[in-house]
Amino acid sequence: MRTEPRVDFSPQETQRYSRNALLAQVGWEGQARWHASRVLVVGAGGIGSAALLYLAAAGVGRLGLVDGDAVELSNLQRQILHRTADLGRRKVESAAGSLTGLNPYCQVQTFDLRLNPANVGEVVQGFELVLDASDNFPTRFLVAACCWQYKIPLVSAAATGWHGQLLVAAPGAENPCYRCLVPEMPPAAAVPASTQVGILGAVAGAMGCLQAVEALKLLLGLESDLNRRLLAYDGLQGRFQSLARVKRPDCPLCGPGK
Amino acid sequence: MKLTINGEPREVAAGTVWSLLEELGLHPQGTIVERNREIVDRQAYRETHLSQGDVLELVRLVGGG
Repeated sequence: MRTEPRVDFSPQETQRYSRNALLAQVGWEGQARWHASRVLVVGAGGIGSAALLYLAAAGVGRLGLVDGDAVELSNLQRQILHRTADLGRRKVESAAGSLTGLNPYCQVQTFDLRLNPANVGEVVQGFELVLDASDNFPTRFLVAACCWQYKIPLVSAAATGWHGQLLVAAPGAENPCYRCLVPEMPPAAAVPASTQVGILGAVAGAMGCLQAVEALKLLLGLESDLNRRLLAYDGLQGRFQSLARVKRPDCPLCGPGK
Repeated sequence: MKLTINGEPREVAAGTVWSLLEELGLHPQGTIVERNREIVDRQAYRETHLSQGDVLELVRLVGGG
């Protein structure tokens, strides 16, 4: 392991990232890798807030951020990127301010829009890793399809109520994709939204933290069990579940002929 | 029959995954089911019969952020 920081880090950066570099799997090579990486986060809500803060703090060099909403009062019990003074501001602006305030070495590119089939390709291309922290299934399906098409690894995190889940969909013929797990759009009655059943901010934050861990590992080329597993968190029971995912032979996204 | 559901022993009347979800009040299209360490295909919930001692993990599908 290299213990000397690379010359391209300033003394301030060297101090800032010293605890990262002490991790045997990171080192200054890994820190340089994070600094050179481009990561897109879809959604600056409860999950995205936590994920983005930790990615910026860790020293990811370029963060892309997609969100088409403004900061509302009902967001603030979980969306910790935004402050009371940010009410009414565009979420991407508020988030960018928080992130560069935390780490000025992090460049933030903002997309003040909702993803749709016409714009998703243009937004996603240019990033080497995508984190889905969106709040609805149509966006999740869109992001999963686009990442699979462009062979970009996807870390997908979701939360509602007291429950959260996390998976990695890495490109590769043997790997299961998001749609292998969720082949059809679930009807609204089956998956109530947080506007109906609520969401505990700390549960969303927990999923965002776990999502950031997986993202930082992927950027270093470290293996993850979540390529082939689903991690579920039940905050009410205080219980994690890890389920083996399988590649669906007739998957509408990655199945034969797709 | 006796099953283990999410780590807890449970006595249930249901004989299939589908009827188990009904019994527990869970929406089949909003629930991921692992039976004896394998995820059950959602389209096969009605035909998947349960056996005494099966170990099930039920995960509520969520999409919020």
